[in-house]
Amino acid sequence: MNRLTFTLLAALAIAVPLSLLAGRVWIDPFDPQTTNAAIILLELRLPRACLALIVGAGLGGAGATMQGYLRNPLADPGLFGIAPGAALGAVLSLWLGAASVWALPLFALIGAGGAMALLALIAGREGGVALFTLAGMMIASLAGALMSLAISLAPTPFAMSEIVTWLMGALADRSWRDVWIAAPLTVAGLALLAATQRSLDALTLGDITARSLGVNPRRLQWLIIAGIGLTVGASVAVAGIIGFVGLMVPHLVRPFTDRRPSSLLLPSALAGALLLLVADCLCRIMPLAGGELRLGIALSLLGAPFFVHLLLRMREGRA
Amino acid sequence: MMLAALDLGIAGRLAGITASLRPGEVTAICGPNGAGKSSLLTCLAGLLAPEAGSVTLAGAPLLGLDPRQRARAIGYLPQTPEIAWDVSVEVLVSLGRLPWPDPGNAAIDGALAAMDLAHLRGRAVSRLSGGERARALMARVLAGEPQWLLADEPLANLDLAHSAALVRALREQAAQGRGVVLVLHDLAQAMNHADRVLVLDQGRLVADGPPAAALSSEAISATWGVEARWLGEPGGMALALTGS
Repeated sequence: MNRLTFTLLAALAIAVPLSLLAGRVWIDPFDPQTTNAAIILLELRLPRACLALIVGAGLGGAGATMQGYLRNPLADPGLFGIAPGAALGAVLSLWLGAASVWALPLFALIGAGGAMALLALIAGREGGVALFTLAGMMIASLAGALMSLAISLAPTPFAMSEIVTWLMGALADRSWRDVWIAAPLTVAGLALLAATQRSLDALTLGDITARSLGVNPRRLQWLIIAGIGLTVGASVAVAGIIGFVGLMVPHLVRPFTDRRPSSLLLPSALAGALLLLVADCLCRIMPLAGGELRLGIALSLLGAPFFVHLLLRMREGRA
Repeated sequence: MMLAALDLGIAGRLAGITASLRPGEVTAICGPNGAGKSSLLTCLAGLLAPEAGSVTLAGAPLLGLDPRQRARAIGYLPQTPEIAWDVSVEVLVSLGRLPWPDPGNAAIDGALAAMDLAHLRGRAVSRLSGGERARALMARVLAGEPQWLLADEPLANLDLAHSAALVRALREQAAQGRGVVLVLHDLAQAMNHADRVLVLDQGRLVADGPPAAALSSEAISATWGVEARWLGEPGGMALALTGS
């Protein structure tokens, strides 16, 4: 285990217990008298912390893989249209007023699967990156348009406000059920992404050299579609759209690695988990009239200036 | 083990090329711009499927080989290589080991030494000169210890001394029994350093033989349309244009 991984694990070991204690009601570990402490810990904060770790790890790992695959430090898992596809599924379930607690995540996963299938269909057999990216962006804009349509045609004002709120992304009011949905899918997705890492290293030298090093571009593309689909689909299903994690985290981690794409996956997953855990915790304790700051909004507020900073650095040729 | 192109054809680019390349030799592919040199090399590397004919490695069709098995046998350096991430020279060279299960530290050290890069192993590729970068990319191919080394214009960015050093290193690879196939546009380099020259013109193989025959003044006149004659001693020949 290298130093970076060890540092991130140590930071997580400190952050997880702290995050359990922090919130509207602070729990003093040395004073077991806090009202409902056990319920708050076990039924609210622990599943929420688990979800932050799972979603963050999935988005961080997906971002690192996307940047390696596209050989572009500006790539983000949202780029392939899988997150918007999943969001569209979720929006549809809210629009239809599907009542079951399983309906929303299920619809979101179906949306992610549909986006993945469409992506695979359009991208074709060649495994070329340019067509693939364009196809993803097309799916993303189509899903975005359909979501706007669903909002504008919402059957009731209540459904409309539910859709808009959900799209902002959050980990508030989640339960163990969401953990059981997200955990296996994210783990499976990350395992698929782990299988792409040697190929991504080879892609550092470009498409044709990667092929000369034995990379099968078609197989790689399938693994990427399935891996990103599972991690991002699972995260949207339980938390809504949480942007910028997949973009920011690999950047923050890259300078501490040897810059091979494969050196980035594990630290990005750990750093993504840490970022989301800390950000969610800050959202929870930030005093805000009318409830808590939505995690998706907080990360976008953080992410947009970061993105600009990145672009300026690239302009100066230092990224 | 032979690498053979059997009656290759690609619409508009290559037609009817048949050649058997031998290990232990440096083979140069020469020809005017657009003659199909790079296409032939990518076909020989198994990265471009010909529309007609096939490329075989030790008798087996190259395209039927498992990609990783092919990658172990054939190292390929494209004409305009890219390096997407700012890795160190050592990491770059280690990418040549990807087709192999073992990290091959000895092979990496050997490749760094052969390309005179041992003192730069920790340097980021963005801080290399054009020549150092070209050597690092060649070291990446050498680190994979392939039986065949295929390189497209490997000498293009190198100064005199490093060009000579790279030629020496490639000759050593050939002496160790590897097959070396280079696309060269500089005919003097082909004349002085190759054992065999394939001359392409408009996708056809117009000459195949030892450099003195394949690149004779008459052959140059016929293919490149310029009058030229060779000056100097074997191994140190220079081409002088004589007519207009």
